[in-house]
Parts: sequence; structure tokens; C-alpha cells
Amino acid sequence: MRLRPPFALTALTAGLLSAAQVNADSVDLTMYYPVSVGGALTDVVDNLVEEFESEYPDINVEAIYAGNYDDTRVRAMSAMEAGDTPQLSVMFSIDLYELLEQNAIVAFDDLVETDEERDWLDSFYPGLMENGQLDGKTYGIPFQRSTIVLFWNKDAFEAAGLDPETPPENWQEMAEMAATVREASGGDQWGVMVPSTGYPYWMFQAFAYQNGHRLMSEDGTEVYFDDPAAVEALEYWVSLASEHNAMPDGTIEWGTLRQNFIEQSTAMIWHTTGNLTAVRSEADFDFGVAMLPMNTQRGSPTGGGNFYIFEDSTEAEQRAAMTFIRWMTAPERAAAWSIETGYMGVSPAAYETDALQRYVEDFAPAAVARDQLEHGTAELSTYQGGRVRRALDNAVQAALTGQMTPEEALSQAQQEAEGVLRRYAR
Amino acid sequence: MTLTAHRKMQLYGALLLLPAAILLTAFAYLPTVTTVINSLFLPGFRGAPTEFVGIENYQVLFNDPTFWKVARNNLVYAVGTIPTSIALALAMALFVNGKLRGRGFVRMAYFTPTILPMIAAANIWMFFYAPQIGLFNKLLGALGFSGVNWLGDPNVALGSVIVMSVWKEAGFFMIFYLAALQGMPPELKEAADLEGTRRWSFFWRVTFPLLMPTTLFVLINALINAVRVVDHLFILTKGGPNNATNLLLYYVYENAFSFFDRTTAATITVVILLVLGVVATLKFTILDRRTHYQ
Repeated sequence: MRLRPPFALTALTAGLLSAAQVNADSVDLTMYYPVSVGGALTDVVDNLVEEFESEYPDINVEAIYAGNYDDTRVRAMSAMEAGDTPQLSVMFSIDLYELLEQNAIVAFDDLVETDEERDWLDSFYPGLMENGQLDGKTYGIPFQRSTIVLFWNKDAFEAAGLDPETPPENWQEMAEMAATVREASGGDQWGVMVPSTGYPYWMFQAFAYQNGHRLMSEDGTEVYFDDPAAVEALEYWVSLASEHNAMPDGTIEWGTLRQNFIEQSTAMIWHTTGNLTAVRSEADFDFGVAMLPMNTQRGSPTGGGNFYIFEDSTEAEQRAAMTFIRWMTAPERAAAWSIETGYMGVSPAAYETDALQRYVEDFAPAAVARDQLEHGTAELSTYQGGRVRRALDNAVQAALTGQMTPEEALSQAQQEAEGVLRRYAR
Repeated sequence: MTLTAHRKMQLYGALLLLPAAILLTAFAYLPTVTTVINSLFLPGFRGAPTEFVGIENYQVLFNDPTFWKVARNNLVYAVGTIPTSIALALAMALFVNGKLRGRGFVRMAYFTPTILPMIAAANIWMFFYAPQIGLFNKLLGALGFSGVNWLGDPNVALGSVIVMSVWKEAGFFMIFYLAALQGMPPELKEAADLEGTRRWSFFWRVTFPLLMPTTLFVLINALINAVRVVDHLFILTKGGPNNATNLLLYYVYENAFSFFDRTTAATITVVILLVLGVVATLKFTILDRRTHYQ
């Protein structure tokens, strides 16, 4: 940590004056956190931490940037194994079961003492809490969270004779509009692209949920990949390319998709709301952001990172960690964080702040992710999550590349997942 | 030399070896031993102690179809990259060894891919390969062909990864060949010219045999690299679609850090070590005997 001389001097003087008492009461916290979108987010976090420390002089927070979500998990787990557990961390919201299995984290319900603290636990959007809760207890507090949204190119819609202000409402409309764009452009432009590398399970979950189907049980011990509703959802995804000729064959790359949209090689994309600011600054055409289309219901899984408090720390450290997390997720901070990053404000109160209200008024697409939360569902999260997600990823890719029918692929993924989850289902 | 002086020399030698010995033990031998041990145990579940299971982990691994798919992918990858990149490296070295305008520039151009970090190179190639906006498909489109989904079609994805690796490796190997060619005594060429030897037979009878030590070195490096691929898979394909480009070391990483299955990761690692050990032994015993050192 950098200490500026004047501050160090003041601290030293203060320390000398109040003798050892301040030191005895002060708490040191270590926190790992990931950044998985562009921009200088580490600076934003550093500034927040500095501000917090000046408000709470007896709590020192060392915030360590640890890469993307996977890197952060690896880093925190290795630190734990080495006996150097952090007191708190921001990690993937779907890491919950792995963390519980390693006995790594504590429930916030066991830490809260006052009514005010209990109210704070209830202040978040319930949709964002789902991934952090198990058996009625809360283990993860929402921090950098997102949903999948539909970006559409208004100019392309107009050129194809569609109403530029009307995005597709349902699956059928999306397929038709996409096919219309494709035809009108003489094959120069695709209608729609849904990424199928990186996080295929995430996108598939959206399709399945829009078809009224949830892919896993509440307790993370069972999955329902081969349900007819899931098969139908995957069939629809495949049909966008095979039947409607509206989406390219094969898998679609997560990493280059935004560029595809910006270069207008596709009229619509499904992507995380985290790309909003980048698209806004790079696109030289008129675009809109909408909720994902529906079939039997609207829906998108949530995504992103939660705060966790680790088991292997003293009571004082855990209390201090909670103080810090409460401060970080307070409405004004959540609003500022949302504006600077594009992530969602995590509580309704955040959207009632002046700052975020003004921002949304000025740039309406910023509110779409929040509005969609009403139709949100938990991101796919089970015991042995890595292997289970990978089984589903493979099934989605096998179907999209024509190696298997959606039904075959999903029933294979189901078998694989059941094998892995056998010992948890009991 | 007296006995004590001899002792002193021995101690001196031992001390010189010590730093390397410590580093190797800490970062190579100890991890190898613990990996072998880990592969023989099954970790406890919900508080149960670790259990010795002998070769059971290996049996489970050999019944895992994904492991065989990954192993087959890696074999295809090795066969696809090693001979091609070596042949290309040799050709490039011969080319820039000759009298040539702007020779320094060409040499540098060939070497450029090597100095790029793997992740950066993979990011560049991801945009080459991108189906609609990518360079390759734009070129194909200009020639009137419809594009290929280079990384998204399981039939071509592994090939695409191989092409990128060859591009990355060949320039690196060229440097070794170039150094060897530069070190070759010019009298050989002069003598051959006096005798009226044709260029082709001079290459096969003189140059190529003299390059054998370099070839052996490059071959071993290429083999190690073929098993060491992990970084560009993160960027390009993440092993997909449907494991079409998953290679051994990436599979080890996935098991260890995505699935938290250290046991399987250790087991695969031991299998890789054994196979590499066998190949290295074969190379040093058979190829080395056929290699002519000057």
C-alpha cells in the first residue's frame, strides 16, 4: 500500500498520542476481486476503498485485483489452502456451492445482529439474491451483477422495412425479423447472433427460461437438461440458423461478437448489459437495447459477482468485513458503481438516488437490465458446477454444429451431470 | 594433488551444483513426486479422510471418452504442427541465409510472431478467424467463396488452431537453423563447387546431415511445445466446440481449476509425463546415434 508522507506523518502522530489503543482495535482485511469488463475499474475500487478507510479509520482494507472470475476463484482457493485466507472477496455468484463444499464461507444471517442489518439483507433485488442463497440462508451479497439483453440496430431494421423502434417481442418475431433483415440485405447482413462460446450455458438458460423451464433445482443437487421444454428451447436456437437462415452456422464467438454488431454484420445480438457503454461509444449507427424476446414467458439469467465473507477469520474481522460490504452496497455507492461500470444497481433504492435517476433519464437503455430483473432467474449453479456447466456447454455446441440433435445432446449432458451429481442428490 | 585438496575440489563442485539442485528439486522433482502420489489417492468427501485407491484413478481415466478425445486431438495437433513448422523453419532459414535484398528485414519479419506473447497472438488470430468480420473470410469473399466458420465448426477448428501454432513456431525454429547455417564452414561449399556438385545433392548430402543436431534440438522443443499448449486455447476456443480443440494440458487445467478435481488432473499429468519420457528416451537413443556432430 502506498502511504503519502503527510498522511503517514499524521497517522504516526495520532498513533503516538493515543498510544497502543488504536492499534489494538483496528482490523486488517484482505479482499480479492475480479474485473471481467473493460475500463479502469481497479481505480474505481481503489478510490472507494480509500474513501471507506477515511470514514472508518480503524478498518484497513487491502483490495487485490485477481483477474477474471475464474482467476479470482483459483487465487482465493489457493490462498485458503496455503493458510492465508482472505477475510472477504468478490467472486462469481455461481461459486456458492464450491465455496460451501470447501467450508470456506459464512452465512450473513449468522453475522447480522441489529434490525437495521437485517433490513439491509432484505434491501436487494430478490432476483439478484437467488444465486447467493441456500436453505434460507444468505451467503453472497450482490455487487457487480448483470443480465443478458438484446441489442438491435435501428438503421438495419429501417433498411429492411421493419419499424426501427420495435424490437422483437417473442421468439417467432425475432426469427421473422432476423430472416427479413437477412433477405433484405441480400445476404450481406445476418439477422441475429447469440454467442455460443465462452458462456453457452448462460445463453441456453435464457432460452430455456423463456420457454418456462428452469434447468436446476433450488438446492443445486439436480439438473433438468433433457426436459421437453429445454429440448424445444435448444431446437429453437438451432433453427435460427438451420431453418430461418437468420444466424450463421456453427458456434458464434463471444469475444468478437460486439465487434460484429458494431461493424453491422448482424442486426441483433444477445450479450451482457456490461457491453452497453462500449457499444454506446463505438457504434456509429442508431441502436436500441431491449429485454430478451419471450416464448411462454420473459426471462434472462442474472450473472456477475457477489461479496462473500470467509469462515477462517475472527469474529471482529467478519464484523468489519460486513461493515465494509454494507458501505459498498449502500444505494449511493451502488448507483455510482452502476454509472461508472454499466453493471446494475443492486437494490431498488439505488435507482431512487438522484444520480442514477438522472442517468437513466438521459440514457434510457441503462434501465433495461433492471426492468428485466423482474423476469430474472438464478444463473446455472450446482455442486460440481464447473463440470456440470461444461457438460451443458458441450451439448449446446454439439447441437449448434450439427454433430447431434438437440435431444441427443441434452440427454447426454443430463447423463453426464447426473453421474457427477449422484453423490449429492442422495 | 593431496587428498584434502581433492576433497575441497569436490566440495567446490557440489556447492556449484547446489543452487540448480535446490531449484530443480523444489520446482520439478518434488511436484512430480507429489503428483504421482496424488494420482494414487481419492480425496475425502464431506470430512472423510483421503483414501488410497491404487491405480483406480487411472482405470477411471482410461474409461473417460473425453480423455481419449483430448489425447487424439493432441496427437493430431502434434502431427499437424511439428513436421510443418520444422520444414517451414528450414525453408525460411535457407531463404534468408542466401544473398538477398533487405535480408535483415525479412529475417525480422519471420521472427516477429515469436516475440508476440501467446495471448496477444491468439487475440489477433481470433479476429483473423472471425466468420463475418475476419480477414480470412473477407479475402475468401473477395475471391467469391463463401466463408468458413474457422473456430466454430468442429471439423476445421483444430486445423485452425494448428495453423496459428505453425505460424507462431516456425519463426522461432528458423533462428536455430539460421545460426547453424551461418556456422557452417564455407570450404565445404567451395569444395563442392569445385567438384561440380548440384545444389540439391549438396543440400541432401552435406547441409542437411550437418543440420541434424539442430534438427534434433528443434524436434524436442517442438514436441514439448505440442504438449504445452494451453494459453491460446483460452482465447481462441476454450477447448470447444464440444471438445473439438481440447488438448491435454488444457484438460489438466480444466480439471484442476474449473472442476476442482485435483486427482484427475494429477492422473492425467502422470500419463503425460510417462509418454513424454518414453518419447524422449526413444529420441535420444535412436535419433542421436544417427546424428552427425561436427
